[in-house]
Amino acid sequence: MNFADVAVSLVKVIVVGLVLGAGLPAVFALGLRALSAGTVVPAADGDPAGVRVERSPAMTLAAAACFAVVGIAVVAGIAWIVSGGH
Amino acid sequence: MTEVLLDTALTSPMMVDVAEILILALVIITALAFDFTNGFHDTGNAMATSIATGALRPKVAVALSAVLNLVGAFLSVEVAATVAKGIVNLDGVDGSALLTVVFAGLVGGILWNVFTWLLGLPSSSSHALFGGLIGAAIAALGMGGVVWDGVLAKIVLPALLAPVVAGAVAAVGTFVIYRITRSVPAGYQEKGFRWGQVGSASLVSLAHGTNDAQKTMGVIFLALVAHGSLSPEDGMPFWVKASCAIAIGLGTYLGGWRVIRTLGKGLVEISAPQGMAAETSSAAIILTSSSLGLPLSTTHVATGSILGSGVGRRGATVRWGVAGRMGVAWLTTIPAAGAIGAACWALAHVIGGPLGIIVVFAVLVAACLAMWLHSRKAPVNPDNVNEEWDPAEVPVPATVRAVDELVAAP
Repeated sequence: MNFADVAVSLVKVIVVGLVLGAGLPAVFALGLRALSAGTVVPAADGDPAGVRVERSPAMTLAAAACFAVVGIAVVAGIAWIVSGGH
Repeated sequence: MTEVLLDTALTSPMMVDVAEILILALVIITALAFDFTNGFHDTGNAMATSIATGALRPKVAVALSAVLNLVGAFLSVEVAATVAKGIVNLDGVDGSALLTVVFAGLVGGILWNVFTWLLGLPSSSSHALFGGLIGAAIAALGMGGVVWDGVLAKIVLPALLAPVVAGAVAAVGTFVIYRITRSVPAGYQEKGFRWGQVGSASLVSLAHGTNDAQKTMGVIFLALVAHGSLSPEDGMPFWVKASCAIAIGLGTYLGGWRVIRTLGKGLVEISAPQGMAAETSSAAIILTSSSLGLPLSTTHVATGSILGSGVGRRGATVRWGVAGRMGVAWLTTIPAAGAIGAACWALAHVIGGPLGIIVVFAVLVAACLAMWLHSRKAPVNPDNVNEEWDPAEVPVPATVRAVDELVAAP
């Protein structure tokens, strides 16, 4: 394996590393954010504690989708390892 | 008359067979011992961050990692017929001479692994093995026994690049995670990412099992071919796979707590989001690089990721002093393991025959015992692995401490 091959492989590792290694945690984080999407808004009667607004179904769906993406990626990774990893 | 009879008896075909089998057996035992040290040295790569944040209890973490390493070892499909191909050129020796080189290389690798474990310094087991083999090969065959181009391309370059790439990916991941979850309550964040940590740490353990057990399988395969019990085209015997899988699993379960502590508490004060970013980065890079045939040390990648996760979070504590000490250990791994490997080969060669191997084996056992006993003076175990890291904490030998003190003196 000469240096040109190494350089090309290295670029691939960096790209895939960023997409999966940084991207998957990002998607996971989005899912967490969607999951905690119930917020406290100022109450109409001025109550300092505010009113808790429930998480909308859309947000729940979004959270589920995010976690599903992460889950699928993990399962795909395992399947890929099991199949010989090439 | 009796002398002649004794001489004839000792060099008879049967005795030669016995001698060869003895050498082979010792080499295989030593290879499995290396696999075992590989296991406990690398447990931290996958699990240190999860243990440090409490995502997994220490004993649960090492048990999980052990099982996954075991499974991963069985999954490794590649026929590792020649290990260190492209790094050392062992065509110039065969038979018991080859076995002696391999044996000396293994001993060099094991001793460096145990030494760095004693110091609590994460270092690459792959490099320890390669270093030992390079040293033994040079001692046996001269400079021509090493493929220097290969050493540069397959060892030196990846060693320099792996931590940097891993650090960059983990830093980006950490930064992005904190950005995205800025509005998420802290407790929620910590809890949620702990789940993520378990998943990512498991992936790293699986990847490690598939990657690292192969090395030992390759060494044992090489020994069997050298002895003549196998031909290079044969498939990997099941007992070799099983014994390597068990060895690395057991080692992982033992858990190199000293190394785990350094990775989880000594380098960066880790929180769950950082831990997940670090391990996911490690998993992605390890798997991608191994698929491209670009061998990166799991230790270099994991350590780089952990450092990167510290860099990616504003205000995180990163102990560059500890990282520096680790860097020194990394740089000295190949030369040090090489020196030990060369010395062991010389000792075995000078004594000659199976006795030479037995003597070196005895030296190996004695040295490991001595280091293990020394470690009991300040043991690290599941109960104290997560204690606060004392700034003066020293996984460092007395000579380096003395230099530090000299430098610090006004």
